[in-house]
Amino acid sequence: MKKAFPFLALITAVLVGYGFYLGLFVAPTERTMGEVQRIFYFHAPSGWTSFWLFFTNLVASVVYLIRRNPKADALAVASAEVGVVFCTVVLVTGPLWARPVWGIWWTWDMRLTSTLVLWLIYVSYLLLRRFSEGTQTPILAAVLAIFGALDVPLVYFSIWFFRTQHPQPVIGNGGSLDPSMRPAFWMNVLAFSCFGALLCWVRYRIEIMQREAGEAEARQSLHAAPAIATRPAYRGGTQ
Amino acid sequence: MKSVDFLYAALAAFALIHGAYIVILYTRYRKLSQELKELKK
Repeated sequence: MKKAFPFLALITAVLVGYGFYLGLFVAPTERTMGEVQRIFYFHAPSGWTSFWLFFTNLVASVVYLIRRNPKADALAVASAEVGVVFCTVVLVTGPLWARPVWGIWWTWDMRLTSTLVLWLIYVSYLLLRRFSEGTQTPILAAVLAIFGALDVPLVYFSIWFFRTQHPQPVIGNGGSLDPSMRPAFWMNVLAFSCFGALLCWVRYRIEIMQREAGEAEARQSLHAAPAIATRPAYRGGTQ
Repeated sequence: MKSVDFLYAALAAFALIHGAYIVILYTRYRKLSQELKELKK
């Protein structure tokens, strides 16, 4: 990890920097919304990144339920946590874009509400992992992850199937994105995906290290146990 | 507040959220590396 990390981090930083440069300075200014529309170049790619991270969480959870592989469980935790970070960016930048364009910070329409529910599901997943103890926790979390992932297609297709305040899809179903804005958008999708993958990898390594530390600590206390047992019993009295 | 100020606010929010998360990851990594080193002694 130590050898590859600086190289991958540098590539990711260059990609994210170039993506921001395209989105903020090269892409044309949208006619009706003006400069604020540039939020789109990091709002939508953050959403996409959170989607595939939650999908990774689903796959890892299913693998864990079938094979009881601890590495799959570690990947599930890592992808959920990084997914929540990206989803938080979506939920914060969305209202900042909506306020000057729609005149409101928030509305309880299908796309916005289902995204908030998605975020809440994965936050509850992380809380379960953090505060629940015992051998059943990874199994319960994996089951919760499967149900949580059901919300991802609901979020994505909500703007296709329901009348919402949110703009129509920019990818698929005809796509409403102007061709001159596409390079900046796709560059940011690639850059954010690399950024998400890098964070997920780092978080996965940390999870593995945490488990190794836990096991080493348990082994140490096991070795220390006989010494405690052979110590003479305290018989009371003052020293 | 001008329209462009919302763009700056969104950029600041983006930087803050990711920046805070990277700091959290780095702190966890440092702490665990130290802990593992001590446990392996």
